[in-house]
Amino acid sequence: MKKSIILSALFGLLVNTSLLANTAPKKSPKAQKSIKLKADVDNGGLTLPNGIGALVVADGLGKARHLAVAPNGDVYVRLNKLVNGKGTVVLKDTDGDGKADQNTSFGNFLGTGIVIGNGYLYASSDTSVVRYPMKDGKIDEAAGETIVTGLEHYSEHGSKSIELDDKGHLYVTFGAPSNACQEKNRQKGSKGMDPCPILEWHGGIWQFDANKKNQKQADGVRYATGLRNVVGLDWNKQQGELYAMQHGRDQLNTMFSTLYNAEQNAELPSEEFCLVKKGSDFGWPYCYHDRFQNKKMLAPEYGGDGKIQERCEGKDQPIMAFPAHWAPNALLFYTGNQLPAKYKNGAFICFHGSWNRAPLKQGGYFVAFVPFGKNGKPSGEYEVFAEGFAGGSEIKNPNEAKARPMGLAQGPDGSLYISDSVKGKVWRVIKN
Amino acid sequence: MFKYIITCLLLGGMLGSTVSARYSQKPTSPKVIQADSGQLVYENYCLACHQEDGSGVPNLNPPLIQNEWVLGDSARLIKVVLNGLKGVEVAGESYSNEMPSHDFLSDQDIANVLTYIRKSFGNKASAITPVMVKMQRAKK
Repeated sequence: MKKSIILSALFGLLVNTSLLANTAPKKSPKAQKSIKLKADVDNGGLTLPNGIGALVVADGLGKARHLAVAPNGDVYVRLNKLVNGKGTVVLKDTDGDGKADQNTSFGNFLGTGIVIGNGYLYASSDTSVVRYPMKDGKIDEAAGETIVTGLEHYSEHGSKSIELDDKGHLYVTFGAPSNACQEKNRQKGSKGMDPCPILEWHGGIWQFDANKKNQKQADGVRYATGLRNVVGLDWNKQQGELYAMQHGRDQLNTMFSTLYNAEQNAELPSEEFCLVKKGSDFGWPYCYHDRFQNKKMLAPEYGGDGKIQERCEGKDQPIMAFPAHWAPNALLFYTGNQLPAKYKNGAFICFHGSWNRAPLKQGGYFVAFVPFGKNGKPSGEYEVFAEGFAGGSEIKNPNEAKARPMGLAQGPDGSLYISDSVKGKVWRVIKN
Repeated sequence: MFKYIITCLLLGGMLGSTVSARYSQKPTSPKVIQADSGQLVYENYCLACHQEDGSGVPNLNPPLIQNEWVLGDSARLIKVVLNGLKGVEVAGESYSNEMPSHDFLSDQDIANVLTYIRKSFGNKASAITPVMVKMQRAKK
């Protein structure tokens, strides 16, 4: 028995060595590729479920936002601050070990959104959406065209996330340039505007024609409203529906210290996982979601006290509610086969990490997984999928975090890619 | 007229240096009292966004550590608290959240909290007095 184990081990070693040394003449390049792809010994600093590993594709790209992977495996990463005058990085792995060995960039505009579909790569700035024809994973920069243009520039919640459906539509998020639609934003004692004029052009998701050039916001359709700020959204192909993550409002206790204490502010309101239908209204700014009461509550700026619902009774509910302020910045329905079967058709969510739980310790800073049933609803509780981004067990101030998960993308082989907004690290998650 | 301005400037400068000299040389009772009440104001109105250690929130709320907005021109700093601020760069980075006006705070509270900020988180800058706040409020 021992002998056979030793022999097997030796044989294994020989096979491995020969492959690594590239001396097996009959192996196709493809076979070499799949063998050479392996997780980093430390999984790039991440803690992952058993049987799953991660490797660092690239690091130090800058302030990375969302990312997308082309059919040939090239990774496109949007930046929130230009690096050498460019706003999108292209990572290419030429030898199949998963590590980027070519790093180029293009486009002189910064921003968040990026999505590949219809033979194009779409990218957003805070004021526009452009697209480039894509062939064999390469874009034709000179043939870029503007799809949505002339959007109002504003800093708070001003980033535009984008998504395509399978019916020729482009979805663009318009976050509200406000916390709670007060007459004076974030000022203690300032009343909520009623009705909130911000909702006319913000606080929702707009739908555009994905193939029509130079559309203004008015050419789009307000697909859903009452969404204070959505950064993560995804079209679920199985369901044929749009899903989005709403960032709940901040500062319940600092604005209304007689109604909410610091502990309550750290837990309220929910970060909402929403199934977004045409015409959905999730209630912002009049309402916020309380996951303990599992209800939409009237916001204190509109006379609420944490107990009454009033006009919020009929507002659309989330399909799942998360603890407050975790900042869900990316959503991805996984359709690949690289990861174990339990992940298929479930949702991965990047929680960028909180700041508004101070003086209590912060939360988030991890990637969650939510199992889904065939009915398009979660079939169980969320679980922590990838953690260790921040580099410490507890984060008191967001500035301490060494990395923060920001974007998610699926590669052609089913690998899951995660971007980091602090230094610009990109991980590739694979079976191990 | 010129003479008057120069005298004022000189006097102002002297006052400024006496105040800062007093605080830097004798970190005794006045400073301690002022810093403590400043810290209370900070915890109530500033900490949520700028964080306990003044490090702020990357991309959202600027840090209050070692930058010209905090350490530099005190009149400009006082105006930030009185009028609020948005859309500026701090140390080469942009921050997207809007800071609301805090003009509802008293001259004393604003002086206390700004003195606290200018002497905490590794910062070493002169104190802000209620008179300085009053002057900026009058100009508002």
